Amino acid sequence: MTAYAYYPGCTLHGTAIEYGLSTQAVCRALGVELRELDDWNCCGASSAHAVNPWLAHGLVARNMRLAGATGLDALAIPCAACFARFKATQQALQDPETAAGIEEVAGGPVPRDLEVAPLLAVLTEPGLLGKLEAAVVRPLAGLEIAPYYGCLLTRPAEVAGFDDPEDPQSLDRLLRTLGADVVTWPGKTACCGSSLALSRTEVVLDLSHRLIAWAEEAGANAIATACPMCHSNLDMRQAQMRRAGLGSHAMPVYYFTELVGVALGIGHAELGLSRHVVDVRSLVERVPAGARS
Amino acid sequence: MHAVAIRPSPSAPGAAGFRELVAFVEGASGQRLRECYQCSKCSAGCPLARAVDLSPQQIIRALQLGQPELALESRGLWMCVGCQTCVTRCPCEVDLPRVLDALRAYALASRRTVALREVAVFHRVFLETVRRLGRVYEVGLIGGYNLVSGHLFDSVDLAWPMLVRGKVKPLPRRVRARREVAAIFSRAEARRERDCEAARSPEVAR
Repeated sequence: MTAYAYYPGCTLHGTAIEYGLSTQAVCRALGVELRELDDWNCCGASSAHAVNPWLAHGLVARNMRLAGATGLDALAIPCAACFARFKATQQALQDPETAAGIEEVAGGPVPRDLEVAPLLAVLTEPGLLGKLEAAVVRPLAGLEIAPYYGCLLTRPAEVAGFDDPEDPQSLDRLLRTLGADVVTWPGKTACCGSSLALSRTEVVLDLSHRLIAWAEEAGANAIATACPMCHSNLDMRQAQMRRAGLGSHAMPVYYFTELVGVALGIGHAELGLSRHVVDVRSLVERVPAGARS
Repeated sequence: MHAVAIRPSPSAPGAAGFRELVAFVEGASGQRLRECYQCSKCSAGCPLARAVDLSPQQIIRALQLGQPELALESRGLWMCVGCQTCVTRCPCEVDLPRVLDALRAYALASRRTVALREVAVFHRVFLETVRRLGRVYEVGLIGGYNLVSGHLFDSVDLAWPMLVRGKVKPLPRRVRARREVAAIFSRAEARRERDCEAARSPEVAR
């Protein structure tokens, strides 16, 4: 069994509860042990770095200290925004002077050799992808999915150190392994407007509407994402888009872990599929049960 | 976004305030502003360029030409969400999101006019929640934002759908070590103040 220290981040206990539920269920099924950090704190995304970089690093550093205390070498993070903040602090720690400042703010030594991995990287690591392929009992035949990576899983490349920043492939590969079709579309790494959701809602509606429209034009019947921020903007705001005259979308938006769970035959309740605003259950209910073709 | 003409200002680059700002921004961001040769790739890829007054490349240009007020008081400064497209494509490897992070820290520390007040209010309410609870609590965040911003009914249409789907809890979860988290806030603020002080000292050379 592979074991990871696990940092869920605030949203997985709140607006992205289904991402948390499906992550736990899928990792259990695949023999990946997740050990949640004890008494972890918010990493500060997306506000701390915007007003005080020292605060951003200090908040992340406390969690890295907790991760170091687990004795595990790797930390798995499902949320793309949290992942990006941990990687930014890791990069800042490479400069000795900055590192001294971060440890002063954090209140103690911060581990340097921790591997920080987005959950998507954990589940698409070659060994696990093979295991997953063998464990698929309900191939997602007939699903045409737009793989949506968003901004922060892969950018900036030298900080994230994961996949390709302009045309990433890991989620594409994962979805194909599950038996789904992957559409080619221009929105893979485009921005949804992120944390402007409350303060500049019109901007978020505009950008998120554009993403959904692109997915529709490409023939997708669903979008798969790995970011709670992207998910809440795309899933929860389709009614607001309609009222603002921005299309009339009814686009199901999945967390990639939910699709993995469905393909593994895990129950919809356990995966949290009823938690979406736009229904995601009827689409996967149409998937025929049985062996892959 | 081309409403503002940015011209070289004969006096400003030598002014003490400007040197201080550049010293702070370059120190806090680890970036050299003069490396930018204004190719505009950042602005071409910026998802928010059409919603702002100064585009990413114009913000850098304002700083290069000694017109920091333009950058400090721009909407662009507060509209950036850090999508990292600009730095990914920059041929000079200027990390613009980090430049803007430093510039916002400076604007707040020196109590400048904030062009997009709601964005600053959001950050303040968000961070106050984290300081008090150790984590984000969405109900408190939305409620607090609506109260402080004066937009009382924003996002209330999302409250019911979120509640019935178990996406928001009636009460916040708190971190046990809240004092430890609050201490990180205090030390980080002290550090930012100290950096601003240091940038103000006469020894700062350009």
